[in-house]
Amino acid sequence: MYGFEALTFNVHGGYLEAIVRGYRSGLLTAADYNNLCQCESLEDIKMHLSATEYGPYLQNEPSPLHTTTIVEKCTLKLVDEYKQMLCQATEPLSTFLEYITYGHMIDNVVLIVTGTLHERDVQELLEKCHPLGMFDSIATLAVAQNMRELYRLVLVDTPLAPYFSECITSEDLDDMNIEIMRNTLYKAYLQDFYRFCQKLGGATSEIMSDILAFEADRRAVNITINSIGTELTRDDRRKLYSNFGLLYPYGHEELAISEDIDQVRGVMEKYPPYQSIFSKLSYGESQMLDKAFYEEEVKRLCLAFEQQFHYGVFFAYMRLREQEIRNLMWISECVAQNQKSRVHDSVVFIF
Amino acid sequence: KRSCTHRYCFAVCIKQDQRSRHARGTVPTSKERGVREEQIVKKIFATMVGSSSSWSTALVKISPYTFASIGIAISIGVSVLGAAWGIYITGSSLIGAAIKAPRITSKNLISVIFCEAVAIYGVIVAIILQTKLESVPSSRIYDPESLRAGYAIFASGIIVGFANLVCGLCVGIIGSSCALSDAQNSSLFVKILVIEIFGSALGLFGVIVGIIMSAQATWPSKG
Repeated sequence: MYGFEALTFNVHGGYLEAIVRGYRSGLLTAADYNNLCQCESLEDIKMHLSATEYGPYLQNEPSPLHTTTIVEKCTLKLVDEYKQMLCQATEPLSTFLEYITYGHMIDNVVLIVTGTLHERDVQELLEKCHPLGMFDSIATLAVAQNMRELYRLVLVDTPLAPYFSECITSEDLDDMNIEIMRNTLYKAYLQDFYRFCQKLGGATSEIMSDILAFEADRRAVNITINSIGTELTRDDRRKLYSNFGLLYPYGHEELAISEDIDQVRGVMEKYPPYQSIFSKLSYGESQMLDKAFYEEEVKRLCLAFEQQFHYGVFFAYMRLREQEIRNLMWISECVAQNQKSRVHDSVVFIF
Repeated sequence: KRSCTHRYCFAVCIKQDQRSRHARGTVPTSKERGVREEQIVKKIFATMVGSSSSWSTALVKISPYTFASIGIAISIGVSVLGAAWGIYITGSSLIGAAIKAPRITSKNLISVIFCEAVAIYGVIVAIILQTKLESVPSSRIYDPESLRAGYAIFASGIIVGFANLVCGLCVGIIGSSCALSDAQNSSLFVKILVIEIFGSALGLFGVIVGIIMSAQATWPSKG
């Protein structure tokens, strides 16, 4: 019953909710980012980060640091926190936490298949995979030649199996097909997650519906913009849009026939929440769109913490942490390449 | 047939019947007498409750001690349920939040103490109510006075029990939010504590009304 979760939520979820709120207080603040943006070298960054919660993870690194090392260690911290929460969770919270990682699983699958297509070594690819999306038989993905084998050999045992029904073909894998496969899988995953949250009901379904609808709409816009000028037909494009969200169904119809960015902008400005995003961009510019979308996402994720006794805080925390890691990667890259003027281009402040 | 003013005195009515029969000179046989007694008893029941509804009869025939004892049980049982519910709601959030911010533990035990007070109210009222139980002679057990005393203790128990149940829940939920907010920003603690104090006043309202209710639970005096 919506409104009375406070009576029974704490039986199973109270401890973990308090823990995730404790983790949230460890996210980097604007003051930290200002310090980091003024660093001269990666060693400075390491020193500043040692004062934050990342200290224990970075202090044992040997001296010539790479940006990938910093990102890897920060991701390791996120993985540790996630595993701590997952091992103490009961149903349905444990299923919810597992759903959060399926997106990373999809990315890992696509990474390995693409890498195999370009004749890379499997071990090297495995090191680049996101640790949250690892599953047991991931190395055998390198053996598959087409999608049917991919499914039959490896993916049927993973949680991604139900998402494959729409995209099993017997064609050989190539770059275009793999991107379409990635987007089809992600669409099925988002719809499944949305249905799961609706089933949970209460505050969880309301808050997660909002966040997932924004995600679906953002992906629709990105698919549209990335496929302008490619050989992706309009019907194919329409098949990649999810079946929920603010843009469904009329916005999707209009997006499917758009041929350039100004038409996309025209479609999006009919929806008030997205009008504010697109009004920040001047005509013909799309580089800042990513950052605008990230800012909007961070705003919605922070709002999830305003209410107690629901599962949305777990999802919001994981996403905010990933955004922070993206910020750190951008700052490290800018510092390493001596382009500090561009640092503020892509850093999204969380607090 | 009989305009008997003594509503409960079967023996008197039957005796009078027999006396009048003796006066008229007809003495009934034992079988006739049994049938006659049964008819008189039924008539007396009917006049007593005003109609032949069997439910209202059944309710009035429940002993007032049953109601009083159930009231005492509810007063302590449901109060403790409310206190326990509130304590676990606060406690689980407090333990989780204290991992990152250990300084909150000692201050936030106040929330747990407010919940515990709710259980203490229940115990006190249960003890007071049970001192109000007195025995009455079995002839007067269904007097209106007796029934009133039994119902008063029952109602007092329900008032206290359920007021403490919701009070415990309220204080528990606020205590959970208080612990989480204190972990992030310690200036919020005192402000949220004020909300908790108002919440715990709800239990006090219940106790006050319950005690007033039970104060007028006077059983009929002997004789």
